[in-house]
Amino acid sequence: MFSMRRNARIGAVATAAATALLLAACGGGSGGGEDTADGGDLSVTFLPKNLGNPYFDTSNAGGEAAVGEFGGTFAEVGPTEASPTSQVSFIETAAQQAVDALVVSANDPEAICDALNEASGVGVKIVTFDSDTNPDCRDVFVNQATAEGIATAQVDLITEQIGDEGQIAVLSASANATNQNAWIELMKADLAANHPDVELVEVAYGDDDDQTSFDKTAALLQTYPDLKGIVSPTTVGIAAAARYLSTSEYQGKVALTGLGTPNQMREYVKDGTVEAFALWNPEDLGYLAAYAANALATGEASGPGDSFEAGKLGTFEIDDDGVVLLGDPYVFDADNIDNFDF
Amino acid sequence: MTRVSTGSTGEVAAGTAGQSAAGQAAAGQGMAADAAGRVYTAHSRPLWRRVLLTREASIIGLLLAVLAVATLTVPNFDSPLTTTFLLREITPILLVALPMTLVIITEEIDLSVASVIGLSSVVVGLCVQAGWPFPSAMALAVAVGAVAGAVNGALVTFVGLPSLAVTIGTLALFRGIAVGLLGTTAISDLPEFWTGLTRQNIPGTPVPLVMILFVVLALACAVVLHFTPVGRSLYAIGLNKEAAAFSGIDVGLTKFWLFVTSGAVSGFAGVYFTLLYSNARGDNAIGMELQVIAAVLLGGVSIFGGRGALHGVIAGVLLIGVLGSALRLSGVTSDLITIVTGLLLIASVTSARALTWLHQRRARPGRR
Repeated sequence: MFSMRRNARIGAVATAAATALLLAACGGGSGGGEDTADGGDLSVTFLPKNLGNPYFDTSNAGGEAAVGEFGGTFAEVGPTEASPTSQVSFIETAAQQAVDALVVSANDPEAICDALNEASGVGVKIVTFDSDTNPDCRDVFVNQATAEGIATAQVDLITEQIGDEGQIAVLSASANATNQNAWIELMKADLAANHPDVELVEVAYGDDDDQTSFDKTAALLQTYPDLKGIVSPTTVGIAAAARYLSTSEYQGKVALTGLGTPNQMREYVKDGTVEAFALWNPEDLGYLAAYAANALATGEASGPGDSFEAGKLGTFEIDDDGVVLLGDPYVFDADNIDNFDF
Repeated sequence: MTRVSTGSTGEVAAGTAGQSAAGQAAAGQGMAADAAGRVYTAHSRPLWRRVLLTREASIIGLLLAVLAVATLTVPNFDSPLTTTFLLREITPILLVALPMTLVIITEEIDLSVASVIGLSSVVVGLCVQAGWPFPSAMALAVAVGAVAGAVNGALVTFVGLPSLAVTIGTLALFRGIAVGLLGTTAISDLPEFWTGLTRQNIPGTPVPLVMILFVVLALACAVVLHFTPVGRSLYAIGLNKEAAAFSGIDVGLTKFWLFVTSGAVSGFAGVYFTLLYSNARGDNAIGMELQVIAAVLLGGVSIFGGRGALHGVIAGVLLIGVLGSALRLSGVTSDLITIVTGLLLIASVTSARALTWLHQRRARPGRR
């Protein structure tokens, strides 16, 4: 009798479980019909590295503006933390919804690859921006700037600010930071070739740590009394150096430039510590990425060699590696810095 | 027939062990007598109430309700892709939740599981990089998981430290070793046959292949927990370990092996995680221990031990997964999904408390 009850209970549970599975599995028939709207109404989903990040808020705003221009549906989804695999479930959701295009900034070049390929398999066009995945996991990468572009922009800024002669120093991130080292090499070559009177006296490493960068700035200024300028190709370094300069006797006498974000640098631009610095414009980046998604989804462009229209930014070409280049870095100064919030 | 005391559910055992524990856990038990004249509290209630008024049944009911609502109202939820993606993604949580249930039933906890996943991921990645055949790499990763579990188990049982403290320590320790071994780099050059395997479905269904393995493991765990003396002894340990020890149960050894199992299963989950995302990294599955424990508690397992059943836990994991998937498909942002999951857990624990209190009132009307 008891065993009967036991069986009844197990039976009930099994039935419930089976129903759950059935429910989950059902709908194979009704299938998630692909809403391939004819022209006009494209669905574009933006998936940044994480939500609540001012940089991506700015790029998403650009994307939304572009989607508004070509008349589509814009959606923004993303994880709360930028961990390697946290984007996968959102890519899968986009595949389930069969959106026309997915615009991703990858937290990890590998971890989301298979998910992107699956989305691609159900007809979703994949555009990466800001951070690329492996090239075979996406259709197009919208690159914000090339290493050459970044190096040249910084050399141009510093040489202009110091009158093209005198000693300068570089305050970098860590000694083995791949990007920074590549840029510094290119800057050295540019200086040697085009600015013979400018001497790069030292490359200091602030390890992308605020306090270390602050201390290294002080050390540079004491070691080289004739120093005329500092270039810091890292957002942490330039902000720390600006903070040191703004409270020191060197304010306005030693030039500082590099790569920074407007929110970090605003007060130093306004108090005259920094004249101008560079980065790309994330709003344009999102705008261009949305147009690239549009071009792929409508068939305006399909791969390397094709060109497409990107609204106010003009015409862009997809190069042989499937990369679209936004252009030269954007220079922020006292006149335009208030137009940006990231 | 009279062996009902080692019956199929947590509650029945709670009845017997509760008595030996001098009423400590007798909360909510009615009275019923078997042939030998002993009383079995849980069986005094009618069958329908015992089946339907359990936490397990309510979680399963809630799961079915959410599935029904989502299927009817959320666009694209009824697509087979949903089933595939959902099951594939919650598999690591499902796997680790099995041993975690057993551990929590004995009134212990293992917070180091996600760090063991990270460690196992790094081990499997390094082995593949060194040119090992994949099955050996997998075996070593599972063994490393088991050893990690043995470290937890030894500290808890032989040294006698609280598992909460021990596994907070090893959570940091194992994660540190994992990240230290591989730094910030990742190994993604894994054998395609094996990574492909995690993406294959049982032919003709949207159910991932790995679910077969999970079902086998789950059945094995369920049989051990609900139908063997060893399994029943876990409830006894959770209710009152002194009483359990006096009943001839080797409390220390039992717990030790539970931690080893937890480590080994986490090690395997690490291999699966690595293959699924084609990525061996030290920071894989960071924070997953909380997702696992949340699902286990949602599934009706008492954090104070002695209470819980596997079907409830599986429903709990599925419920969290289905809710997340349905909310994502309806365009709800991730922070809101986390809030919903948190509220659900609190509501579930609160309602369980209220239920216990009601039962208590009914069982002992003389006292408040």
